[in-house]
Amino acid sequence: MTIEFEAPKPIAQTQFVLKTVAEEMMRSKSRYFDDHEHEIPWDYIEFMHTAMKAMGAGSLAPKERDNGHDGGQKEKRPPIAYQSLAAQIEMLAWGDVGFYLVTPGGGLGAAAVQAAGTPEQKAKFLARFMGEKPTLGAMCMTEAGAGSDTSSIRTRAVLDEKTNEWILNGEKIFVTAGDKAFNEYEKLGKGFLVVWASIDPAAGRAGMRSFVVEGGTPGVKVTKLEEKLGIRASDTAAISLVDARVPFDHILGSPTVEKTTKGFKGAMATFDATRPLVAASGLGVARAALEFLKEKLAENGVEIRYGLPRQKLTNIEREVIDCEIMLKSAWLMVLKAVWMADNKQPNALESSMSKVKAGDVGTKITQKAVEILGPLGYSREFLLEKWFRDAKITDIYEGTGQINRLVVARQILGYSGAELR
Amino acid sequence: MYSFEPNEEQKMLIEAVGKYAANDLRPAGREAEEGGSLPPKLIDKGWELGVLQASIPEAYGGFGDRSAVTGALAGEELAFGNLAGALAVGVPSLFALPILLGGAEEQKQEYLPKIVEGNWTPYTAALIEFAFDFDPLALKTTATLAGGEYVLSGEKAYVPFAKEAQAMIVYAALDGVTQGFIVPKAAPGLTVADEAEKMLGLNALPTYRVKLDGVKVPKANRIGGDSGLDFERILASMRVANAAAAVGVARAAFDYARDYAKEREAFGVKIAQKQAVAFMLAEMRTEIEASRLLTWEAAWKLDTGKDDANVDAYLASTGAADMAMMVTDRAVQILGGHGYIREHPVEMWMREGRGFAMWTGFAMV
Ligand SMILES: Cc1cc2nc3c(=O)[nH]c(=O)nc-3n(C[C@H](O)[C@H](O)[C@H](O)COP(=O)(O)OP(=O)(O)OC[C@H]3O[C@@H](n4cnc5c(N)ncnc54)[C@H](O)[C@@H]3O)c2cc1C
Ligand SMILES: Cc1cc2nc3c(=O)[nH]c(=O)nc-3n(C[C@H](O)[C@H](O)[C@H](O)COP(=O)(O)OP(=O)(O)OC[C@H]3O[C@@H](n4cnc5c(N)ncnc54)[C@H](O)[C@@H]3O)c2cc1C
Repeated sequence: MTIEFEAPKPIAQTQFVLKTVAEEMMRSKSRYFDDHEHEIPWDYIEFMHTAMKAMGAGSLAPKERDNGHDGGQKEKRPPIAYQSLAAQIEMLAWGDVGFYLVTPGGGLGAAAVQAAGTPEQKAKFLARFMGEKPTLGAMCMTEAGAGSDTSSIRTRAVLDEKTNEWILNGEKIFVTAGDKAFNEYEKLGKGFLVVWASIDPAAGRAGMRSFVVEGGTPGVKVTKLEEKLGIRASDTAAISLVDARVPFDHILGSPTVEKTTKGFKGAMATFDATRPLVAASGLGVARAALEFLKEKLAENGVEIRYGLPRQKLTNIEREVIDCEIMLKSAWLMVLKAVWMADNKQPNALESSMSKVKAGDVGTKITQKAVEILGPLGYSREFLLEKWFRDAKITDIYEGTGQINRLVVARQILGYSGAELR
Repeated sequence: MYSFEPNEEQKMLIEAVGKYAANDLRPAGREAEEGGSLPPKLIDKGWELGVLQASIPEAYGGFGDRSAVTGALAGEELAFGNLAGALAVGVPSLFALPILLGGAEEQKQEYLPKIVEGNWTPYTAALIEFAFDFDPLALKTTATLAGGEYVLSGEKAYVPFAKEAQAMIVYAALDGVTQGFIVPKAAPGLTVADEAEKMLGLNALPTYRVKLDGVKVPKANRIGGDSGLDFERILASMRVANAAAAVGVARAAFDYARDYAKEREAFGVKIAQKQAVAFMLAEMRTEIEASRLLTWEAAWKLDTGKDDANVDAYLASTGAADMAMMVTDRAVQILGGHGYIREHPVEMWMREGRGFAMWTGFAMV
């Protein structure tokens, strides 16, 4: 081990390929799909499915890496699954973060299966992402009365002992790709929702479990598609579950309610894995905005002079330089968090710090870029105004900036949730 | 490959330096600040850790190869203990490293063994000038070639240990480009102020104004000889050192404020249990990490000879200066009225925090 910052070859290669995808398949259609909310970019979905299958990656969900566990036959290479994923996501989001969210693969749904499922469940539920048709997954945690406070969700799961099925009842909101994962299996393969519910309301967090709900399950309905500030190419669905039945073994992990918070911790472990990835997507948008800003400034004869004392810089130079510092350091924080994940080091602190930072950086850079470019920044002639709208979501989903500050603070202070609310 | 883990040697070094920082520098630092000087024994003990010696190849009397990453790791640890002490221990690097990195062979052979084989001796460097818009790439001190000699004229400020220095590198503009010149002790035309500078912070580090009134040095004293020095690379190494030190000071302030916040009660709970305080701490920790990683990457780019290392070093030190001010200010804030009182060290760190925006040239890795 030593400190190094060279992108591993496979990562650099994928980034190179994805840059073309981002330019040709995403940027060129960004405006159209922003103007036509709820239309589905089928071309992109089809293309990405084929491309990702060709690369051997069926899902954008983080995977355990099978490195070195084949009896020492193969040469041991350091695992880079999360690192590649972060780099891919950053590049796709640089193309268009709304499109990125409809990239076929399991998304947050598959991530939850990866984090909390048994080996059998992983085999069973994740294979579809390598199938004939492109397929999506989604994760349903948020409810109208339970956003940041995930422990107060009211969706219930009751075991019907006669049929050995779980019966789910509840209302979920803000489900990314919920409509595509649940409804669109004419064109798409059958996707699934991972629904968080309580199997024992009296047990609080200990009673929380997640369930795989297959696309098309009776009793489950998409009741609304939200209209949003940005990321309009991505559907955000409200979903109601009324006596929806799922097989017994669709409960991820252990079905018994222990006096622990293992179930809840499963959810949180999902977030440790996915927060730096969401952070990466925010940084992709931010990079797009910063590059655009510098390009426009250069076209107008404004050059950024690096190396000068601050007292000699113009205000624009200072602000651009500050943006670069923010972007670079935030990206390094994402890299460190995923590198730790690849190396099986506990990364709750680093993962949340990267999300805190990316949430700030994504919003600040896009806002600053619009401000500096004045009428150009505010105009819909360019995509910058869209990136300003797209970037804001990074500071909201997967734990708001405040919730991630709480996570960081608890970690550095050694406090429990009860000691610091 | 990406990797964020120091190697075994670096870990050993960090541990040794960390012990010295905690057991020696930190306890002595506060009193040194009040008294305005550092105990020589303290500096000697730090020198014996061999941070600079480990950066100089055997051929020149050292026992290793220079690594900016290792330097940054050590620099952060030292500054975590006490900044004035850290800078004092590292003063000979200001002289030795530019020679190692850009000096002519004869210069390396003449100076490096003398510096690294002996005890700590103040060989220093003069870069900063007393102007609000001081720019290391556009110096007001000039060097002109006349009659086979360089003639140096101008005024330098904040030169560490100038009074006792055996020799110093004076940076001056030669045809508008910053170059370094070795000026021996007591060169005619060189005057060092009697009194040390009085600054907002860093009172324990003796620094002086230096006047150069037509100081003549032979051609051989130009660093790198006739072909000269890639000063921007040297500046990048200074900036990385500055950034690493800023991370160290900020970490010290953060640790102190965190521990205090977990002890201090207000309104029936520890103040750390209030989000207003906890969130400040979370952001401080996050920004420290951000700066540390920028610093590491810039250092790694210096070590691997990447072209954009200079820009990255600039970004790292600019970012670290802001970070250090923010973190140290908040540390004072978190201690409330007690933060303002000199019984606690946070006010010292806050004064130091402001300095990182200006004192590039105080350290080098
Ligand atoms: C486009 C979009 C996509 C989404 N995708 C998904 C998805 O796929 N699956 C899913 O489950 N959810 C998803 N969400 C939901 C998202 O995770 C929540 O919106 C988010 O967690 C915040 O919850 P809330 O909206 O209820 O806000 P609230 O929890 O009501 O928060 C409101 C404000 O209060 C602050 N706050 C709350 N609690 C605290 C506290 N303890 N300390 C300090 N401040 C606090 C918050 O930071 C925020 O600023 C999505 C949301 C959007 C908008
Ligand atoms: C030079 C000087 C002169 C002074 N002069 C006077 C004077 O003339 N008369 C006088 O009566 N006092 C005076 N004081 C005292 C001064 O008013 C207090 O220091 C100040 O009120 C803060 O109290 P504290 O130091 O106990 O900090 P603490 O109350 O311990 O606060 C520590 C930190 O916790 C934060 N904090 C505390 N409670 C909360 C909360 N509920 N939510 C969020 N954050 C919280 C604070 O903002 C602070 O950041 C003086 C202090 C100084 C340093």
